[in-house]
Amino acid sequence: MTPAFLDPGSVEMTVQNVKFYQVGSRAVGNRLLDATLRTEQASPARRNALTSGHRACQGCGEALGARDVLDAAVRATEGKLVAVNATGCLEVFSTPYPESSWQLPWLHSLFANAPSVASGVAAALKAQGHDEIRVLAQGGDGGTVDIGLACLSGMFERNDDVLYVCYDNEAYMNTGVQRSGSTPPFARTATTEATGAEPGAPIGQGKDVPRIAMAHEIPYVATATVAELHDLEAKVERAMMMRGARYLHVLVPCPLGWGSAPADTVRLARLAQRSGLFPVFEASHGEVTEVLPIRGRVPIEEYLRPQRRYAHLFADPPRTELLARIQAIADRNVARYGLDEV
Amino acid sequence: MDRPFAITLDVKSSLANHTGAWRTERPVYVDRWPPCNEKCPAGENVQAWLYAAEDGSYEIAWRRLVADNPFPAIMGRVCYHPCETACNRAQLDRAVGINSVERFLGDEAIRHGWRLPEPAADTGKRALIVGAGPSGLSAAYQLRRLGHAVEIRDAGTQPGGMMRYGIPTFRLPRDVLDIEIARMLTLGIDLRPDTRVTDLRAELSDFDAVFLAVGAQLAHRAYIPAAQSARILEALDVLGQTAGGERPQLGRRVIVYGGGNTAMDAARTARRLGADEALVVYRRTRERMPANDIEVEEAMAEGVRMRWLSTIKHVGAGRLSVERMELDETGFPQPAGEVEELDADTVVLALGEDVDHSLVDTLPDVEIVDGVVQVDAQMMTGHPGVFAGGDMVPATRSVTVGIGHGKAAARNIDAWLRGAPAPVEPAREAATFERLNTWYYSDAPHAIRPRLEAVRRTSDFTEVVGGLDPQTALYEARRCLSCGNCFGCDNCYGVCPDNAVLKIDGAHGYAIDYDYCKGCGLCAVECPCGAIAMQPETS
Repeated sequence: MTPAFLDPGSVEMTVQNVKFYQVGSRAVGNRLLDATLRTEQASPARRNALTSGHRACQGCGEALGARDVLDAAVRATEGKLVAVNATGCLEVFSTPYPESSWQLPWLHSLFANAPSVASGVAAALKAQGHDEIRVLAQGGDGGTVDIGLACLSGMFERNDDVLYVCYDNEAYMNTGVQRSGSTPPFARTATTEATGAEPGAPIGQGKDVPRIAMAHEIPYVATATVAELHDLEAKVERAMMMRGARYLHVLVPCPLGWGSAPADTVRLARLAQRSGLFPVFEASHGEVTEVLPIRGRVPIEEYLRPQRRYAHLFADPPRTELLARIQAIADRNVARYGLDEV
Repeated sequence: MDRPFAITLDVKSSLANHTGAWRTERPVYVDRWPPCNEKCPAGENVQAWLYAAEDGSYEIAWRRLVADNPFPAIMGRVCYHPCETACNRAQLDRAVGINSVERFLGDEAIRHGWRLPEPAADTGKRALIVGAGPSGLSAAYQLRRLGHAVEIRDAGTQPGGMMRYGIPTFRLPRDVLDIEIARMLTLGIDLRPDTRVTDLRAELSDFDAVFLAVGAQLAHRAYIPAAQSARILEALDVLGQTAGGERPQLGRRVIVYGGGNTAMDAARTARRLGADEALVVYRRTRERMPANDIEVEEAMAEGVRMRWLSTIKHVGAGRLSVERMELDETGFPQPAGEVEELDADTVVLALGEDVDHSLVDTLPDVEIVDGVVQVDAQMMTGHPGVFAGGDMVPATRSVTVGIGHGKAAARNIDAWLRGAPAPVEPAREAATFERLNTWYYSDAPHAIRPRLEAVRRTSDFTEVVGGLDPQTALYEARRCLSCGNCFGCDNCYGVCPDNAVLKIDGAHGYAIDYDYCKGCGLCAVECPCGAIAMQPETS
């Protein structure tokens, strides 16, 4: 006989029918979550396209981002993937002759021509009847927004069947932290010193390549960070399900160039998104279709302060007027893309 | 080998390049001490049993729980849960409802008839436990599990001590108590009720060790001038008689004198016995009241009123006089000189309980200070082989503390019987809130336990607080942040830029590949629960 105290009918119950898994789907994996809902990075069977022993710095965001993207692409294409690499950190630290860290077919030619080489590889595979083998081109912000921009624009304009991924660490890190077209305002680099009324990189210049890509009205443009792995992998997967020219822009913090702690790489990528300075969105044929809303917005100071490239803004006295101008950029992003959490 | 033009070396993998040599700090998996475990007076490994409950492994969870506490269903009802007060989640939204999950597990065990673990092989040693309250029963259970023969003697007719005679049935239904005690006794524990131990020295020759846990049941004497016709009762008598099924006549207006949990229970009982007015008179302020907040809130929700900063000056027939107090600079109440008359059919005294320590009178080396028995860090009295715990030693008086004492004493008695050094708890680093990376946790409001509607809470003795249904219990268990202990989220495995975290079978499920780990510390910072420490490389 069931004792009375076990009888659920004796008191009113509030039933909580919530599917709730402690860390939900924010963490890389989750033992409580079905394996299909975990990220590829949680899988013991992930490709590790960029394997151990590479010479990237401690806490390198680009090495992490490249493995995240390529492992997801390898899964999406069932292993039928060729990677083409522009010159840059990623190429240098992964392939000092005769070693290679790549565990997939990988090709490097020049700094500027990765998009063109990728177009050529795609055309060659097509000519051979290998439509199932897909092509992914990748480079840093130097190779993408500056040196390779003409080739990239051509690839977009021809709608070649390539996913181009830019790992944006906001300067030429490999050669000693020189400013690129992607370096944000007031950031100190070797070529933009922290002196004068407007110290560091100039404001109001630089190139917003995701929007340049959108202007080509290609099928798919997206931005992502190494802090939101589920979001990043979903975008790679979506891109690999399409044909034509696709562009993915991934923010990858650089401890060396940003003057940040190696352990803070993911945290800074998260703060970039949460401050509004790095909008995370998807676009189709030139129109924004989806944004990652900001969960718990933070003032830009929280993102900038841990980075020594902005140390001059927090000197005594702090450059509040310059900080306000950076905050205005974040505010504009939030308004432009509708990043406020509903 | 034929090589292409201008190529002189074969292709090699970067795996030849052991980047671990760059490292100045190494990540190490640790088990830090979660605040719930640290603050549990019974020494439960709360985080570990919640971990099992999170995937619905309720029996495993219950088995982890009963390693420290044989009474989860009782504990899930009467514990004042200091674990929840300490819970790190309280700093995010609300504390995890640990106590409600514990009760759910306790009730599941009863529902499914889960049995306690079988005792170890007989050691041939005999232990005597004096007192079948929470502390004595806990010690008996732990000693029996270790293979010792255990005999419990209790002066009462039924076991349970204060759990039976002090806690009202609306907080702890007696069938819960009976089932959990009976389940424990089936392990082969010899319980002798109605057996008062009067001369301990005489018993010592028959046993290898003794644990004293007679509790504190003597109502504290306080002189209160009263008329012959005044009706004055002791709170413990009222509670004991009511728990035994009697309905002591208290009248319509009842005044309870005292500010502890017994006072609250007496006032709540008075309401259920038909008192329209139940007033608690206490000489200090609410902040200084020894009663637990939960009890005070429940009492007030049931219409019990409180009169702080007041002492009873004189009790007459149907009336008494109360003097207002003021706190002096040391926080001690002093008479303010204002006296007021109140109507009262009965005055119930709940001024604390004293220990009847007459049974150690024949052991002069047992020290008694301020009326309580002194014990050392191993819970042993001054007499070798005689241990003591629960309400009769200096400590906070609660069921949970008693159970903790019983467990601690049992482990020390076991060591003493084996001639082994006393067990030492290893010092562990605290899993503080600052060590968590709370970004990863989902927002999740606290699940509320159903409560009996107010009208029934003053008319009968039905249990006030309900249990969780399975869905809600699972949800509540999953609100645990797993502070300081890996819960398998794969973050370290996923965020390492060097693939230097490996998935393995074993305690943590992960291992660091020090051949390639550069020591960046990303895994440690991105670990939600703070289960990875960065330690300096020494060589």
